[in-house]
Amino acid sequence: MIAELGHYALILALGLALLQGSMPILGTRSDDPALMGMAAPIALAQFAFVAVAFLALAACYVTSDFSVLNVYENSNSTMPLIYRLTSIWGNHEGSMMLWVSILAFFGALVAVFGGNLPVKLKANALAVQAWIAAAFELFILTTSNPFLRIPDAPFEGRDLNPILQDPGLAFHPPLLYLGYVGFSISFSFAIAALIEGRIDAAWARFVRPWVLGAWMCLTLGIAGGSYWAYYELGWGGFWFWDPVENASLMPWLAGTALLHSAVVMEKRGALKVWTILLAILAFSLSLIGTFLVRSGVLTSVHTFANDPRRGIFILAILLVFIGGALALYAWRAPLLKQGGLFAPISREGALVLNNLFLVSACATVFVGTLYPLALEALTGDKISVGPPFFNATFGPLFVPLLLAMPFGPLLGWKRGDVLGAAQRLAAAAMLGAVAVAAAFALQHGGPVLAPFGVGLGIFVMAGALVDLAERTMVLRVPFAAALRRAAGLPRSAWGTAFAHFGIGVSLIGIVVVTAWGSERIASLRPGDSVDIASYRLTFEGLFDRTGSNYRDVAGRFLVRRTTGEIIGTMEPSRRTFPSRNMATTEAALMGRGLSQLYLSLGDQNPDGTTPVRLYFKPLVTMIWLGALFMFVGGALSLSDRRLRIGAPRPAKMRPALQAAE
Amino acid sequence: MTRKQRRLVLIGGSLGVLIVAVALMLNALRDSIVFFNSPSDVAEKHVPPGTRIRLGGLVKDGSLLRGDNLKVSFVVTDGSRDMHVAYQGVLPDLFREGQGVVAEGTLDASGVFNADTILAKHDETYMPKEVADALKKSGHWQDEYAQRPATPVSRGSSK
Repeated sequence: MIAELGHYALILALGLALLQGSMPILGTRSDDPALMGMAAPIALAQFAFVAVAFLALAACYVTSDFSVLNVYENSNSTMPLIYRLTSIWGNHEGSMMLWVSILAFFGALVAVFGGNLPVKLKANALAVQAWIAAAFELFILTTSNPFLRIPDAPFEGRDLNPILQDPGLAFHPPLLYLGYVGFSISFSFAIAALIEGRIDAAWARFVRPWVLGAWMCLTLGIAGGSYWAYYELGWGGFWFWDPVENASLMPWLAGTALLHSAVVMEKRGALKVWTILLAILAFSLSLIGTFLVRSGVLTSVHTFANDPRRGIFILAILLVFIGGALALYAWRAPLLKQGGLFAPISREGALVLNNLFLVSACATVFVGTLYPLALEALTGDKISVGPPFFNATFGPLFVPLLLAMPFGPLLGWKRGDVLGAAQRLAAAAMLGAVAVAAAFALQHGGPVLAPFGVGLGIFVMAGALVDLAERTMVLRVPFAAALRRAAGLPRSAWGTAFAHFGIGVSLIGIVVVTAWGSERIASLRPGDSVDIASYRLTFEGLFDRTGSNYRDVAGRFLVRRTTGEIIGTMEPSRRTFPSRNMATTEAALMGRGLSQLYLSLGDQNPDGTTPVRLYFKPLVTMIWLGALFMFVGGALSLSDRRLRIGAPRPAKMRPALQAAE
Repeated sequence: MTRKQRRLVLIGGSLGVLIVAVALMLNALRDSIVFFNSPSDVAEKHVPPGTRIRLGGLVKDGSLLRGDNLKVSFVVTDGSRDMHVAYQGVLPDLFREGQGVVAEGTLDASGVFNADTILAKHDETYMPKEVADALKKSGHWQDEYAQRPATPVSRGSSK
């Protein structure tokens, strides 16, 4: 009954989306305010019905209704409630439901908070949003319906893929989807602006919070996925350049570029056409990401769909939306008025440079990800493009970007003084140089370039601090005055500094763990010890543990410093899930400051020894800590007064407010 | 600077970055891609020792030998030809005889494949796509490889 209700609600939502996609457009053509006004209420209604459908599916999962095929295949009544909920999106059908739900939710938000938008822009944007929703609702209903029943309801479900039964999975996919789908808003507004043929700074001001929000979620989602892979896959890698990861990195790179170019457009009215293109690209890459991940073209832990009809359907969606958007862009973009002139050395110039490098880096990831697919389709040769490719392309493009990054915020709009900025960055550069020297002095072997990477990270972090110090004049005026200035700084300035600081933090983590991480592999009997870095682990023996739907064979290890002081125990395990006859490796982690000890078990050898893999991961936590800084930076920037959506306008708008930063 | 000069600087700069990016990519594509081969491919193409390749096929039943210090050796077969693989380390979850495997590494002069990476797989129903295609090509594909637990909708997963 509940499943049928959900199914029915989804069909109604599709009908509403079709209405929402056509009526407002007709309205803008004929200047009919009634038709245009339909967009917002329909968007709300569509969201209501999609929400009903999603909640119905959730109810089926919570009550373990195994007469619903999707629940039977992916859930199990012995699973804890949290995993029964997360298994809603741990499969193809359910994850598409989540996708559409978020899409409809964002559409509703635009409808509610878009009160002070130009009427036509809002109507057109909501209509475009509805086309996307309609396409995906049709996709769900025709090829991946989660509400199908099975005639003879089984007593027990097949269980969720054990590797996905993890707290990390509760947050990773929804965050990624919030990011992907968040870019649909900037996409819809870009298309709406193209349809209308006009665009202005208000467009950027409205779109930027959405881009920022999407970017924040994507940042956390990617970092969360990386951490999940790090501890769940059992060998301590944090990034594999796997096509599926690249699929989320590409929208992030394009989104980061969009974020920066929208600033230029908002503040200076320049780069309009480019910003529109980036808005289209960011969402197109999100769609391509969905296609790559969901269509079964790539086999990975994320691949759920292997029904070719689905692949073709998603491919059609891709062609229509990306092809259509780019065609519209080619046709209409020349009509948009260009504006804003600036010297190459200026804040705008720096942001253009940022865009260039980000987009080029994104292009290399795109080629590396899709080249094997294209080559196989054309010649039949199967190749894999792995980390060496990306290290040789992505790395060299990111280094100049990071070198230039601290300069950007220190340059003035319109015309900047690169020498002045360099002078102010001298302290940061010195710190960086000291870090290089220190790293060379401390390291015991390792890549020659690694100390420079550390120095670059320190330079970027210090550069962000210099920016704040310059703005608050902390070393030049009395401390109290500096504090007052700090309180008066726009939050977006803090946001920039935090996010840029975070990049430096992540960079140091990546460089240090890659260059100086160590690994030991050993076969141990109880009582044996193994040394790594300055720690000694003693294997005390295996013992059994049981969970609600799995069995654990765990090992207990006593961790000491090599000086003898006992620090604690680590208990990695091999987990077997009888319902799927599958085993997973549950690594044990022990944080030592920002570094970690990482221990995972292998299958017991016939001679009775237990193989273990032990890693020392210096400063590894900084990788994800940096992402948190970026997230906080985004949040600060989002809370900036200028961007707060729905903030009451001052009764009298003084023109000076507009010009203020 | 005039408007024209500014535009030239912008366009020149963009082109410069693009050219660098393309050069980097072409260079990396020449050096760092790895071809996938079945044991038959290795024989037919005369893959020279030392070239990095991916080798895929089925782990031959009864071929897995474990030595000291986590050294293992096993035979990868595509039905027509066999190839010995040597590896040192912990084998991934669900590495089993009779099931598909992908190994990355190089051939040595004696024809033994020294793997440094055995690709992990995480679901007993999963067969790497490359392996399935290679088996189909050599005519040793059996439908039961694709057999999934008895549900109307098939599913595959894993890395």
